[in-house]
Amino acid sequence: MTIALVATLLILIVGWGGSMIGLQGVLGALPLAALAVFIVGFVWRVVYWAKSPVPFAIPTVGGQQRSLDWIKPSRLDAPWTTAAVVGRMALEVLTFRSLFRNTAAERTTINGVPRLTYYSSKWLWVFALLFHYSMLVIVVRHARFFLEPVPVCIQVIEFLDGVMQVGHPRFYLTDAFILAGLGFLFLRRLYTEKLRYISQPADWFALFLLICVAGSGICMRYVDKVDIAQAKVFIMGLFTFSSVSTEGLSPIFFIHLTFVSVLLAYFPFSKLMHMGGVFMSPTRNMKVNTREERHVNPWNPPKKFHTYAEYEDDFRDAMAEAGLPLEKQPEPATETGNGAGA
Amino acid sequence: MPKMPTPAELLAATPAFPAKGWMDVKSEIRPGNYCYPAKPDTLLGLGFKRAHAWAPEDQDWNLPANWEDIMYNALKERLDKHRSLKVFMDVCVRCGACADKCHFFLGTNDPKNMPVLRAELLRSVYRKDFTLAGRLLGKVAGARRLDAGIIKEWYSYFYQCSECRRCSLYCPYGIDTAELTVLVREMLLELGLASNWIMDPVSNCNRTGNHLGIQPHAMKEIVEFLCDDIETITGIRIDPPFNEKGHEILFITPSGDYFADPGIYTFMGYLMLFHELGLDYTLSTYASEGGNFGSFVSFDVAKKLNAKMYAEAERLGSKWILGGECGHMWRVVNQYMATYNGPTPPNLEQPVSPITGTVFKNAAATKMVHIAEFTADLIHHDKLNLRPERNNHIITTWHDSCNPARGMGLLEEPRAVLRAVCNNFVEMPEHTIREETFCCGSGSGLNTEEIMDIRMRGGFPRANALRYVADKHNVNWMACVCALDRAALPPLTEYWVPEVTVSGLHELVANALVMKGEIPRTMDMRQEDLPFPDPEPEEPETQEPEEIGTGAATEPKSEEDA
Ligand code: SF4
Ligand code: SF4
Repeated sequence: MTIALVATLLILIVGWGGSMIGLQGVLGALPLAALAVFIVGFVWRVVYWAKSPVPFAIPTVGGQQRSLDWIKPSRLDAPWTTAAVVGRMALEVLTFRSLFRNTAAERTTINGVPRLTYYSSKWLWVFALLFHYSMLVIVVRHARFFLEPVPVCIQVIEFLDGVMQVGHPRFYLTDAFILAGLGFLFLRRLYTEKLRYISQPADWFALFLLICVAGSGICMRYVDKVDIAQAKVFIMGLFTFSSVSTEGLSPIFFIHLTFVSVLLAYFPFSKLMHMGGVFMSPTRNMKVNTREERHVNPWNPPKKFHTYAEYEDDFRDAMAEAGLPLEKQPEPATETGNGAGA
Repeated sequence: MPKMPTPAELLAATPAFPAKGWMDVKSEIRPGNYCYPAKPDTLLGLGFKRAHAWAPEDQDWNLPANWEDIMYNALKERLDKHRSLKVFMDVCVRCGACADKCHFFLGTNDPKNMPVLRAELLRSVYRKDFTLAGRLLGKVAGARRLDAGIIKEWYSYFYQCSECRRCSLYCPYGIDTAELTVLVREMLLELGLASNWIMDPVSNCNRTGNHLGIQPHAMKEIVEFLCDDIETITGIRIDPPFNEKGHEILFITPSGDYFADPGIYTFMGYLMLFHELGLDYTLSTYASEGGNFGSFVSFDVAKKLNAKMYAEAERLGSKWILGGECGHMWRVVNQYMATYNGPTPPNLEQPVSPITGTVFKNAAATKMVHIAEFTADLIHHDKLNLRPERNNHIITTWHDSCNPARGMGLLEEPRAVLRAVCNNFVEMPEHTIREETFCCGSGSGLNTEEIMDIRMRGGFPRANALRYVADKHNVNWMACVCALDRAALPPLTEYWVPEVTVSGLHELVANALVMKGEIPRTMDMRQEDLPFPDPEPEEPETQEPEEIGTGAATEPKSEEDA
């Protein structure tokens, strides 16, 4: 965790220091480079995965198979059509179906005997959803900085997000939600023994990075208020590769920009790629009809097995004695070379 | 084998998490926590060239000189062959949703038994060799260089995973540790490291047709003995066909079913059912194994053993294959067989029940039907004359075996059968059944004596749920459709819930099945006295039927409540 914290602080110093010593132009170029790394890296990773075939159909079956007509199959947990697989995937991607199943196991003692009890545990699911959807809305909201005129749908989202109508500038719900989500994920990692034990620097780093991205963005909006119009001019300039002025943009803007850039560039090389991976997991995106439709393995090795003929050669006499049917009768008395059979 | 502590001692001796991070904790190889190694001859016979003599407790495992290269290439090859491996290596976010889903973790509290860390044992090595960050940053990026200690750690922890896939159900990305376990075991095989309890049966199966090494004439003899028992119980003589050509159905079941108690009672049940239906079937001594221990360690070995099923169906000219009660057998048949060894030989047709005319659409490609599907269909069409009262002394629960549950979705079929043959059926609590079921703790070739401690711990979550219904509903029986369970659960229940008897589904079917021309039953399939025997026919008229027909259903309960 310390390592991750130090790394995050370093980024902060780069962003802040850079803007103080007049390197805004350089920092301004960062997002472009980071975006390029993100796109290329993302595609590269997905292609890397896709290059390996799926030799076997290994869906994890999460409910009743479709077998006899009078038994009700579980369409979404054991999907047997492409449409149903799409449904299963949609549930997985949009509603985190598998996390929704989550249970917690607890060792207890009942009448002096150690026992296990399980209860449904949805907190992780709730906060994971909260974080991911807030993130999504925020990313969409940011489109206003790249588009002129701002599309109506984005305005609608902004309106809904600010529906509480408090503060000036208007307070966005997702700003609070994303911090709540990240905060939960952080505290959970910190205070659950199991989680703490499995956590690696990369896990903390991803969290810190996201917290800093969100945090710096929020500061920029509510605390050290940055001139949004100016920011937009700056960003539009970046993306049209024209010269930009950093006039009126405070360090916090560049800190935010730096964090976002690092996040983008880091993304394809990290566990954050679960965003792409979730679509490619063979235990979720395959049909549960493996006896009905043959799945072809592109590298299926040739069949090599102990054939019946070889088997009969091994046991012919005993089989004959036991009265078992034979392909070839045993040679009576005189020995001859009985090699073949196959 | 070290002496087992009592259940209370076992649980009391559950250690806390180590103070050090998992990468710094050397895994211990001590008696009771490793499987005995496969004999070099066994492995050589199967074509594993790097087989060699080694002992787990030795410092030096006699690995081949260039073992590091072998492992690097083995991992690279598998990354190129399996998208699952690449994705599973890259996308885990260590959310921990899988952590407390593994029965081995719940039973041992060993952090490396959390599926996420089990996977990290491999993932850390993958990062070092196959990712930029891992290469540059090493431990900071969660990477570590493969060394002999890690090989030992793999042998220890990838043989403490029963490939049950429970973790995969809860993982938001479906990361399936079972898949990783097979792949790592495959890689270890390349170094000549494997468990005897798996490889011996594999070798047997290859040569004699079944895991137990039963030769053809011996198999016939064993089955004849079982037919003697059937005759004693029912008065009916059955003479099942072996290796005969031209029958409609080839029947294949795990060898445990005709070899060991309590599987044999289920096997007798199959024979009685087929006899009663007048089914046109044959057994085979060549394809005399439904199970597939190869599937625990290697996709290629699994394919090799599985190939016999279609080969034999082709030779005998069968139309379709009926498969017995088994778990891992059905993982292979349901998800791998068509891929491995299909398309099916031309003589095989879409399975149709000759009794009910039901077309088994879900088996259109493999042409193989699970006997629970087959029997459930018979019962649904009212084709069996059943007297479930014969099972009235039994209050049963149902154990969903991992593979039929999460590898197949066979949940309701066996329940439909069970309800029809047994009047007292109680489910275990939610989160422990159906797709969320807990493993017996001994699956995937871990059903071996020398790791009894781990097995009893791994089976604790299952036993704990069973304990609950045993206490609350006086459950005294647990039925299942898995041959490994029938071997693994009796010692487990003996240890944790001794009042519960374990059986297959068709043992209970056999008890309840009223056969044409049978004598009144006084014994169950185990030749124990039936508490509620059949009435004597004709003469003593009103003597018993009342008791059996009405009061019986509730009687055992009330007796035990008192
Ligand atoms: S549930 Fe999946 S993503 Fe979460 S820690 Fe386990 S394997 Fe990783
Ligand atoms: S497959 Fe089963 S035994 Fe293996 S790690 Fe997952 S839950 Fe544990």
